[in-house]
Amino acid sequence: MTNILKKILSSLLTILVVACLVFLAFAVIPGDPAVAKLGTQATPDKLNALRHEMGLDIPLMKRFATWIAGVIHGDFGNSYSYSMPVSKLIADKLPVTIILTLYSFVIMIVLSVSVAIFAARKENSGLDRFIQILTQVIMSIPPFFGGIIITLIFGLGLRLFAPGGYVSYGINMFKFLGYMFWPALAIALPKGAMAFSLLYSGLVTERKKDYARTAYSRGNSTKDVFYKHLLRNACIPVVTFFGMALADMIAGSIVIEQVFGIPGLGRILLTSIQNRDYPVVEAIIVCIAILVTVSNLLVDVLYRVIDPRTVISE
Amino acid sequence: MKNKFKNKDFNLIVGLILAAVVIIPAVVGIFWTPYDTEAMSSSLKLSGSSLAHPMGCDNFGRDILSRVMSGSSTTLLIGLGTVLIGAVAGTLIGALTGYYGGLVDDIFMRFNDVMFSFPSLLLALVFVAVMGSGRMQLLFALGIAFIPSYVRIVRAEYVRARNLDYVKSAKLAGASDIRVMFVHILPNTVKVLINSVLIGFNNAVLAEAGLSFLGIGVQPPDASLGRMLADSQTYLFNRPGMAVAPGITLIVMVLGISLLGKSKLVTER
Amino acid sequence: MKKFRTLFVSALVLTMTVALCGCGGDKAGEGDAITVGIPQDIEDSLDPHTAVAAGTREVLFNVFEGLLKPDSNGDLKPAVASEYSIEDEGKTYTFKLRDGITFHNGAAVTADDVIASIERCADTSNGEPLVAAFSNIADIVKTDDKTVTIHLTEADTDFLCNLTTAIIPADNIDNAASNPIGTGPYMYVSRSPQENIILKRYDGYWGEKAYIENVTFKVISNPDTIVMNLEGGSVDLFPRVTTAQAAQLSDNFEIKEGTMNLVQALYLNNAVKPFDDERVRQALCYAVDPKEIMDYAFEGRGSEIGSSMFPSFGKYFMPELNDTYNQDIEKAKALLTEAGYPDGFEFSIKVPSNYTQHVDTAQILKEEFKKIGVTANIELIEWSSWLSDVYSGREYEGTVIGVDASTLSPRALLGRFVSDAGNNFVNFSDPEYDAAFKAAVSSTDDAVQTENYKKCEKILADKAANVYIQDPAELVAINKKFTGYEFYPVYAQDISKIRLAK
Repeated sequence: MTNILKKILSSLLTILVVACLVFLAFAVIPGDPAVAKLGTQATPDKLNALRHEMGLDIPLMKRFATWIAGVIHGDFGNSYSYSMPVSKLIADKLPVTIILTLYSFVIMIVLSVSVAIFAARKENSGLDRFIQILTQVIMSIPPFFGGIIITLIFGLGLRLFAPGGYVSYGINMFKFLGYMFWPALAIALPKGAMAFSLLYSGLVTERKKDYARTAYSRGNSTKDVFYKHLLRNACIPVVTFFGMALADMIAGSIVIEQVFGIPGLGRILLTSIQNRDYPVVEAIIVCIAILVTVSNLLVDVLYRVIDPRTVISE
Repeated sequence: MKNKFKNKDFNLIVGLILAAVVIIPAVVGIFWTPYDTEAMSSSLKLSGSSLAHPMGCDNFGRDILSRVMSGSSTTLLIGLGTVLIGAVAGTLIGALTGYYGGLVDDIFMRFNDVMFSFPSLLLALVFVAVMGSGRMQLLFALGIAFIPSYVRIVRAEYVRARNLDYVKSAKLAGASDIRVMFVHILPNTVKVLINSVLIGFNNAVLAEAGLSFLGIGVQPPDASLGRMLADSQTYLFNRPGMAVAPGITLIVMVLGISLLGKSKLVTER
Repeated sequence: MKKFRTLFVSALVLTMTVALCGCGGDKAGEGDAITVGIPQDIEDSLDPHTAVAAGTREVLFNVFEGLLKPDSNGDLKPAVASEYSIEDEGKTYTFKLRDGITFHNGAAVTADDVIASIERCADTSNGEPLVAAFSNIADIVKTDDKTVTIHLTEADTDFLCNLTTAIIPADNIDNAASNPIGTGPYMYVSRSPQENIILKRYDGYWGEKAYIENVTFKVISNPDTIVMNLEGGSVDLFPRVTTAQAAQLSDNFEIKEGTMNLVQALYLNNAVKPFDDERVRQALCYAVDPKEIMDYAFEGRGSEIGSSMFPSFGKYFMPELNDTYNQDIEKAKALLTEAGYPDGFEFSIKVPSNYTQHVDTAQILKEEFKKIGVTANIELIEWSSWLSDVYSGREYEGTVIGVDASTLSPRALLGRFVSDAGNNFVNFSDPEYDAAFKAAVSSTDDAVQTENYKKCEKILADKAANVYIQDPAELVAINKKFTGYEFYPVYAQDISKIRLAK
């Protein structure tokens, strides 16, 4: 228990450090948000007025202190580009990114576990080899190209979905999930292929071990041995991979959003970088840091559930 | 994969072939391409494949083969540069902190773990946001973003080696720390390093393509596989072929290198 | 353990069914709704007075109106005011407000609202008024609840152009950015950043009511997916598709062609070497063939221009200036030799990377300059760097950009080339030009004014201030289900005229 507490504390510290670094990085780089906003209409007087309004004329250290104090209370200030608080802006878009990430995560697990069991049972058959080669290729497909292929085949060819026809979750949850399946698939495929090969070699190795043979000789059916014992043990090394995959998927969703025209955190992040809308950029990075840390924590907990030995060995 | 193809190193052979298929034209592409990559021709606009232009021409009538060659050499160079920056800096930091340990090591590792847990694509994105886009900026952004993964691996090796007999005896024989670190221990980390360099190269290639795809990586008129893929989306209805050439090139490059990484040459100790 | 398997299978089936059911396009009540694609979100403000971007203005055109409002011919028509009169040699303007006109919140528009709106834009407490021309206002008086009189310090023939400034409720000024209320044919409903802006028909509109009830402006920030969005049916109308995109669209779409009302040119920094030499600038003009650029990058569309004026400005536009420089490689080389650059030179063209049309143009210019031995290096920069380095910092050699007119007056286009103008980012300086411009502005006689503006244009062409290219074609893709799209000489997407095609 103390270990978990320690982890949580150090995670909080980590997020705070990220927040500070991000704020300072964006405070020192060139590029004036006021210039970006006023465009060709900028005149020295208007710029000064706007800078004052944005609070850019306050000394850096004071700005930093106010910002950090706000962040701790969940207040990221106001967006320069959109006349609304950053926290509201993000609250709108965060679910999109989280759902996309979780969706791809579920697809990854379903695909990799089912295909790995299927292939392991048919080890060394032609089908097994075919699956091996296929997963090798899929692993090498960058998600955004996978997205283009999916759009081409399922969207334009088979017309299973309308490319660009994103529906907000607030309007129709069902349609939202239907559309999100495809980008989630694009993210899940390469990661699923990697998870597959880890699980597959795990299953094959475990099957040769004594306990599996014993269980088998005791009269358990093949299926039972497979699902009950092998999977659990084969999963242990894969859990770490799942944890890293979850963090990668958050980043992957940013690129995929662009392919499928999904207005999530990624889109906001990219446009805010262009507009020098730093409060938004900073908040999104802090948010992602929180997501990443939380997913790391979850993996840690999961690890303990699956393999209680880890607790002792620490 | 290991249990099959027991005698022949299937991964090595196929990996080498695939990597060669892409990397040779890419290296050639640094010095020579069949056509000027920027030369436009209105009559060849969006033309399909022909003898003169095997992969056809893009929306400006530029030869796609030439652009794929030059795009993959950009990708190749950025991949190599990234790996070089990441591996050299990562090895140095990893070696020093791993070898000496102590408080500095603790602080560095905490920081490194934070960086490492962040997806590298996202780190690179933040660096590009800070430094601006373009080829050189991208190279440094990716290079820095990938340092933590090398630090982690190299440091682990040094922590392990620190207490091994051969290191202890070298120290007793009066070798300086620097000598122990780089003459005695470093050669023993090469195997691990090669593997992570190959993985790192692939990650760099994918990150470069991803950022260029987003429009914040390599900037036109420089050719880049990611940018070509982004451009091809407009023509997906009528000329899906425009996406195929750069896409396949990217896949083959990554596949070839990852197979090499799985070959016995690298995995066996 | 069978459960395990069943679980997986059902999870698989579930995701697949959800995926497949979610697609079918059921557009309930077609004709009640239209989705208009826009390439960028409203990132400055929904407040019509502080909004600056052209992309914002064209959306807000549906929500807000000024005392006057431009129509599709570029003429000013009464809007919030039903009639007006000008007295005292152009120094006193009297406006009579329209009977029964209401804001979207149902409140009647009063003289106080008009005064509050105009005074807000004339306020100088931040150093400079929101509308520059309003600094000329001496006072603004409420004659009665329905009548407003504006007195100017000095006569200004362009003053009326500025009265398109939105009239907003006096009591909503503080919330103008978060809760926009105007008098236009559509009222604001909601927005979701980077996603959409939703408008609804205002049934209490004073004029001809809009046909379509619900309008969604959908942000499509990835230009590469525009064709997919249109063909996939998620967008019905997209203003400003590129020629390449237009060529990819099927028969379901009608392509309307207008002009963008931009002066697209290779703008040269007249103050730096070698462009401080008129002959070098002329040599570049001789090297360029605008037709070739239009053919390559714009499928042959666009209108050639020869000076800082575009065809929509009818009586001021001088088509004869297009022939000031026709492509002549030998002449260009001769001019370069004369100027001391027999072997050409190298310079950089900075282009904002978000404007595909300008990036494409720059790439073709580069090829054209090769022929006269001049090497142009294209440097793509972010829009914000373009604004700070090129536009306000004036640290550049050449840049490709399109300049638009902020009001319906030639002054908006030509004023920037006066030697000491704050927005003279090309550093053009010519005493003769300054004199001609001054004569044009101060004259109240239309003929004299026109003549002087034309003189200005001729000087810009002769002195080769910039390498003028074209007013790019504006292509609007509209689903054939709809009809009634109209082009405006100002930035506007007038949705109220669009209706179902029968």
